[in-house]
Amino acid sequence: MANKINTFKHFLLILTMLISSFASFASEPTDNEPNANSTVSNEKVEDKVHEEGGFNAGKMILEHVADNHSWHLFGHISISLPVIVKTDKGIEVFSSSHFGHEGEEQYKGANYTYALHEGNVVVIDSQLGGIDEVATSSLSDFSITKNVAAMLFSMLLMLWIFLSVAKSANKNRGKAPKGLQSWIEPLIVFVRDDVAKPSIGKNYERFMPFLLTVFFFIWINNLLGLIPIFPGGSNLTGSISVAMVLAAFTLLITFFVANKHYWRHVFAMPGVPIPVLIILTPIEILGLFLRPFVLMIRLFANITAGHIISLAFFSLIFIFGEMNVGLGLGVSVLSLVFTIFMGALELLVAFLQAYVFALLSAIYFGAAVDEGHDVNHHHDHETVSAH
Amino acid sequence: MELVKPSIGLIFWMIISFSIILFLLKKFAWKPILGMIKEREESIESALAAAENAKLEMKALQANNERILVQARAERDQLLKDARDIREQMIAEAKGLATKEGERLLKSARENIQNEKMAAITELKNQVASLSIDIAEKILKSELSSDEKQKSLVNTFLKDINLN
Repeated sequence: MANKINTFKHFLLILTMLISSFASFASEPTDNEPNANSTVSNEKVEDKVHEEGGFNAGKMILEHVADNHSWHLFGHISISLPVIVKTDKGIEVFSSSHFGHEGEEQYKGANYTYALHEGNVVVIDSQLGGIDEVATSSLSDFSITKNVAAMLFSMLLMLWIFLSVAKSANKNRGKAPKGLQSWIEPLIVFVRDDVAKPSIGKNYERFMPFLLTVFFFIWINNLLGLIPIFPGGSNLTGSISVAMVLAAFTLLITFFVANKHYWRHVFAMPGVPIPVLIILTPIEILGLFLRPFVLMIRLFANITAGHIISLAFFSLIFIFGEMNVGLGLGVSVLSLVFTIFMGALELLVAFLQAYVFALLSAIYFGAAVDEGHDVNHHHDHETVSAH
Repeated sequence: MELVKPSIGLIFWMIISFSIILFLLKKFAWKPILGMIKEREESIESALAAAENAKLEMKALQANNERILVQARAERDQLLKDARDIREQMIAEAKGLATKEGERLLKSARENIQNEKMAAITELKNQVASLSIDIAEKILKSELSSDEKQKSLVNTFLKDINLN
């Protein structure tokens, strides 16, 4: 039985890596485009060109994948979100509607005049009219952006789902699960039996809340991100900040629970001669941080790449449509088929990434609390760092 | 690059809200749900164990029943055999009694017959005797009816009697 689970796990890991490598190859060409127009003057020229009837796929895709200060619904309708900026002169809160639909207008706040530049809030020098670089560098943007709003929405959704499951679990105590509970419960049991138990061992229970929260947070947000319309569509789990916070939680928990045995393995691997330790210990210390870093990159890259590919397929329609309407219509069929295929793949990836994140976190926790000296586990540990 | 640049605002909100939701879910969702799942698994396990026990008990009971049945059958057979034996014995006894009684009856009948026969013979003898006496009387009467005859007879007797 245990062997079977392991084979399944390895299969999943290999699949994830294959998909992620495929995704990163596919995203390369689109990544290059924004580089070309990163300077301000260049972009203004480009903008003018596109306003005159061009379609810039790279810009469109990046706009959709990146964070935003307003939540676009459809057409010219979007939800304005609060902008919260902290500057050297204090905190200011105002609605993003002040920037206008396209983010082209300036807002004169109490301390500074603000505007949007490439989606970022910048301070405008009131005398010269350009960007005040000094004030902008001291500005911290704590706005409720589209991603923050989506995150809050997803958290409310999670609270609603799991509190109602908890309620019905309480009501159906000792009985068969019902409704939403019977859908969620197998997933919880899956996380417990296939993620936590085999990777952590007998002390798995203290890590269950974090593993479950991370698993469902990633999965639900991955799924919400696949929904193209409000309240989905934001690339939350594909945002490096969110992935970073999640990985940081894993890292901190690992540090917090790690026992003597774990630290000895990091700083002075038992049974290794000192000259080797001089090389090995820095690598081990680097490994401590590399593991969560890879967790972050994996999640971020997989989800962002999925979004970029889907958007790229749609961009094809408009690119060909600009050449010839008939061509655009023809390509749209092909694009649709590919997007449906990608959507199905992304559904799998959505689950897979949540599973992999939880599983690897569990494996790191397991290594941190492991008491034994058995060779088998050490081998496992090495395999993990190889990922 | 915009895409891989972490944004302070999102990190800030993420840390706060993720901590809050982690706490809330831990307290109000995961604990009760996991507790309930564990409780149910234990109850299912104990129910399964109880069922297994019941099965074993049932098996034992069945074996017991079988044993009792076999015993009962043996007892029945024994009873039937006993009954048959008793019947045969009774029949034999009755037969023996009947034979004895018959023999006794026959014997007494035979004795009766013998007695009757003896009585009849005795009576016959008596009657013959009396008849003989009668006849003798009659003959004597007739023999001695006249004087000559009486003389002749005395003569004969006298003749017979030798004067020795």
